[in-house]
Amino acid sequence: MARVTFKIWRGDKQAGEFKEYNTEVSEGMVVLDAVHQIQAESANDLACRWNCKAGKCGSCSAEINGMPRLMCMTRLNDMNLDEPVSIEPMRAFPVMKDLVTDVSWNYRVKKKIKPFKPRLPDNDDGSWNMQQQDVERVQEFRKCIECFLCQDVCHVLRDHHKHDEFIGPRYFVYNAALEMHPLDEEDRLADLKKSQGIGYCNITKCCTKVCPENITITDNAIIPLKERVVDEFYDPLTKLFRIFKPRK
Amino acid sequence: MAEYETIEFDVLIIGAGGAGLRAAIEASSTGISVGLVCKSLLGKAHTVMAEGGMAAALANVDERDSWKTHFADTMRGGYYINNWRMAQLHAQQAPDRVRELEAWGAVFDRTREGKIMQRNFGGHAHPRLAHVGDRTGLEMIRTLQDHGIHQGIDVHMECTVTSLLMDGDRVAGAFAYARELGKFKLFKAKAIVMATGGIGRAYKITSNSWEYTGDGQSLAYHAGADLIDMEFVQFHPTGMVWPPSVRGILVTEGVRGEGGVLKNSSGERFMFGDIPDNYKSSTADNPEEGWRYVTKTDRNARRPPELLTRDHVARCILKEVKAGRGSPHGGAFLDISWIKEKIPNAEAHIKKKLPSMYHQFKELAGIDITTEPMEVGPTTHYVMGGIRVDGETQMSTVPGLFAAGECAAGLHGANRLGGNSLSDLIVFGKLAGEHAARFAQENGKPAISDADVNSALLEALAPLDSSRATNAGGAYQIQYDLQEMMQSNVGIIRQEDEMLEAVQGIEALKQRAANVAAPGNRQYNPGWHTALDLKSLLLAAEAVARSAIVRKESRGAHTRDDYKNKEEKFDSVNTIVRMGKDGQMQVTLESIPKIPAELKQIIDDHK
Amino acid sequence: MSEDLSSLKRRPWGMTLRQDTWWIVPLVVFLVLTSFVVYATWAAFQNEHYVHRNYLSPFYSPLLFTGGDMGISGDGHQHGLFGDKPGWWLLPFFSPALLILPFPAGFRMTCYYYRGAYYKAFWADPSACAVGEPRNNYLGENSLPLILQNIHRYFLYFAILFLFILAYDAFSAFFFDNDGDGKFTNFGVGVGTLVLCMNVFLLTGYTFGCHSLRHLVGGWMDIFSSTPAKTKCYDCVSCLNRQHMVWAWCSLLWVAFSDVYVRLCSMGIWTDVYFTFT
Repeated sequence: MARVTFKIWRGDKQAGEFKEYNTEVSEGMVVLDAVHQIQAESANDLACRWNCKAGKCGSCSAEINGMPRLMCMTRLNDMNLDEPVSIEPMRAFPVMKDLVTDVSWNYRVKKKIKPFKPRLPDNDDGSWNMQQQDVERVQEFRKCIECFLCQDVCHVLRDHHKHDEFIGPRYFVYNAALEMHPLDEEDRLADLKKSQGIGYCNITKCCTKVCPENITITDNAIIPLKERVVDEFYDPLTKLFRIFKPRK
Repeated sequence: MAEYETIEFDVLIIGAGGAGLRAAIEASSTGISVGLVCKSLLGKAHTVMAEGGMAAALANVDERDSWKTHFADTMRGGYYINNWRMAQLHAQQAPDRVRELEAWGAVFDRTREGKIMQRNFGGHAHPRLAHVGDRTGLEMIRTLQDHGIHQGIDVHMECTVTSLLMDGDRVAGAFAYARELGKFKLFKAKAIVMATGGIGRAYKITSNSWEYTGDGQSLAYHAGADLIDMEFVQFHPTGMVWPPSVRGILVTEGVRGEGGVLKNSSGERFMFGDIPDNYKSSTADNPEEGWRYVTKTDRNARRPPELLTRDHVARCILKEVKAGRGSPHGGAFLDISWIKEKIPNAEAHIKKKLPSMYHQFKELAGIDITTEPMEVGPTTHYVMGGIRVDGETQMSTVPGLFAAGECAAGLHGANRLGGNSLSDLIVFGKLAGEHAARFAQENGKPAISDADVNSALLEALAPLDSSRATNAGGAYQIQYDLQEMMQSNVGIIRQEDEMLEAVQGIEALKQRAANVAAPGNRQYNPGWHTALDLKSLLLAAEAVARSAIVRKESRGAHTRDDYKNKEEKFDSVNTIVRMGKDGQMQVTLESIPKIPAELKQIIDDHK
Repeated sequence: MSEDLSSLKRRPWGMTLRQDTWWIVPLVVFLVLTSFVVYATWAAFQNEHYVHRNYLSPFYSPLLFTGGDMGISGDGHQHGLFGDKPGWWLLPFFSPALLILPFPAGFRMTCYYYRGAYYKAFWADPSACAVGEPRNNYLGENSLPLILQNIHRYFLYFAILFLFILAYDAFSAFFFDNDGDGKFTNFGVGVGTLVLCMNVFLLTGYTFGCHSLRHLVGGWMDIFSSTPAKTKCYDCVSCLNRQHMVWAWCSLLWVAFSDVYVRLCSMGIWTDVYFTFT
């Protein structure tokens, strides 16, 4: 179809720079195809992560022309190919090599969040009864493929490096899926306010914008959690009210 | 000499998909130390790709369902060469395993009564697949992952095992490299569970990711274990065919389960034209009945022919294409949008039931499945064969080496029913973890010789040797050549001469692979990783080709042009692949143990 | 101590590899909000031309004072709550709008949508997604002053009260005084009536799509199926909430226009057209 120039960031922890590669682009190709082609043709050791190539595993996160995206779901014919296409690693995490970043921080954060704690089963066979209506809100959050693009785009992590005090949009979504689960009995609000830094979120909605699963992160997960934190810590009236009408 | 780090566990699990995670959870629950090694990041394993659901006779939607029906369906789907004990355990234990997932936080779609919803799938007599839209695999792996991280399992991500180390006949450890810096790790373990998945990367058109290079099969084989039934490679009938870069990506069977129909270029529902005899009585003979079945409005309606077993549907699509009645890009049309004739709000219904399919076609092919048909064609999807295991304990023929999930064989026989693989993972993942833990508790520490470690280390470093000539493409080119050859010579329809050619071709590729060079250093170098994967990939391909030559009949997923029918003499035999004393691959046939009378009775009752 | 987790240097303000015109949205937000604040402040200090016949500008609603020194008689409006300008007022200038506007202003200042928008447009925190920022330090809404944003729901309570007041104004805008006897009893419709009704409609859409309201009417629950009435409310609020941004801008611009309309009519620059039926 056409030869296209790609500017790919090459380097490691110490140093790195953009290098230009030319490759033939054909119909329907996505950015990941181009990266693979470059890898096979002229840069055998170009590091990139990928697995499913169908937007289901969330491995191939990178920044394409400055926006955090999945390489496997970014079609080249939707882009301006007259200019070089830039591909760089996620910027909220340390680089391992080339397009691969060290995302282990995310796994450490998840471990610190209180796990699912269901109420006693409703039935003798250990099962529960739940209405579809009641699980739908949680199902939206559980679509998350953990690509960490929301973490990458969030300026609290990306620019201000609050990794020690702030868990990022992904883990607010994770918290929301647990907190709003019809069976869950754990209370995570104090953690959210204190150690997980939900107050750092200033509602840029960038996480929602980049989410490849179209999860409405800000409006459906973060803000409702902020409101629950308000109930618990900032609003004397609802606090009083909830004494008579508990949440669960 | 390069260095390596030594880490000791009671049980080491290789692979962190559904089976590996379930095994790790089970083993760690006994209080022993458990290590989990995975090639990718945790939670990215191929299990996330599973879409349709997990089969379990919960009988939530149709109370006539029971483990017996599930067992009979599985055996029939597998053309009766399944390991009947595994099929029995699977059908009996799957419901408990599914409910257990719910207790760990999984959120399945619900019935009106608030129970776990179940959907229709090919080869299952009743709606049986517990599901979450069309992302059931993601739900499973995330649930297991989120539960597992609080169990004290030591996870080593982006770490690839290159060889198993032995203490005599018994497995003693695994040698691996970590991708980040290319550093080596020696894992010592009393028992090892293989949960590495399949071999799909041996083919050009595949729904499988780069990880699926047959590592488990190859590692076990080289450790002396038997592989069985490797000729049975499932080609999923519906993969994407256009545009070229997405060719092979899976289109869930759930599309047909929700009412999607297959049509050829003249708009004919060609599946009605070819219904195998053993399914005639249970298959609808007109579209109306099929629709009543799909919508669960008529309990006595029979399933539409689109929901026949995968091997059959794949062959039918291929036949249409060969007869010139295919779609523009060499597939068939799969249409779900037609249901708008039947139900109001069809568009919303499709988006609700098949969200990721909607998304996938919209983003990757620019097609809106609520208004247009999809183009689909067969894609390499699953290998029924694999490591031979004991039906009860999941131990391979090598003491201390266990296997579960796709890399193990037996449950599915000659063809796997959709939905049986996810339940396979949790049923046998649990059993493998449990028995591996027991083995570790009952046996002492094995010893590993330094010489073995050294040779493993040298083998791993070999491709980086700068004195090797760099031929253009290197490891990638060898992989492409293999994929091309397997696709054309050992593909969906097979012939003796082509397969013999493939075996020779594999020998030649092995020579090339033995001298392959990877430029660059050890730090996160995909060229090097691809070079190291070649060994497993070539072994898996060879096992498939050689087994396929020996099985001179057509059965299930194994279809031969030169032996078009099922042969009685193969009715109850498995093909066995093992390494001979001379290091050459040997393929033999072995009879399946006789099925107990009560199980035979169940099969007969459901015929 | 924060561990250094990024080896790629952070980009300076405005730097990005984005190729789209990312700066347009924050710029438009900046210009529109600034214009609104300037106009509203100016209008609030005018203390005149906020009543035209039976129309009352929303900036001055409820009509607090109708005493002689206010320069208006409050004709058409029966809800002049107090008499003269309060004796406790110490500042040299006075306008009832100064007592009224803090409430709707507070509601919008603490609104989840506006927060995100003005942090970007006025504080560049960040200017747009994946664009470099001017400052290194960051406190977010975790400490003073922005921790006060958490009182949003109290402003919501006032905003709902104001909806009733403005609805009353809109209702009053249907009754004209044809015979000039000072009694507004002739039912009719004028352009101003429509302007004020539209104002109530848009403000209602904005107020009832509030994130806090969504939480209070049902979002706090985990199980919906057992309380169908609450669920219905929750669904309605959620539905409005999805377009909260659109409601926010439309209602903001319209409320300013309502004031402009009443003001210009009152000044005699525009002439209100109306028909009466009785």
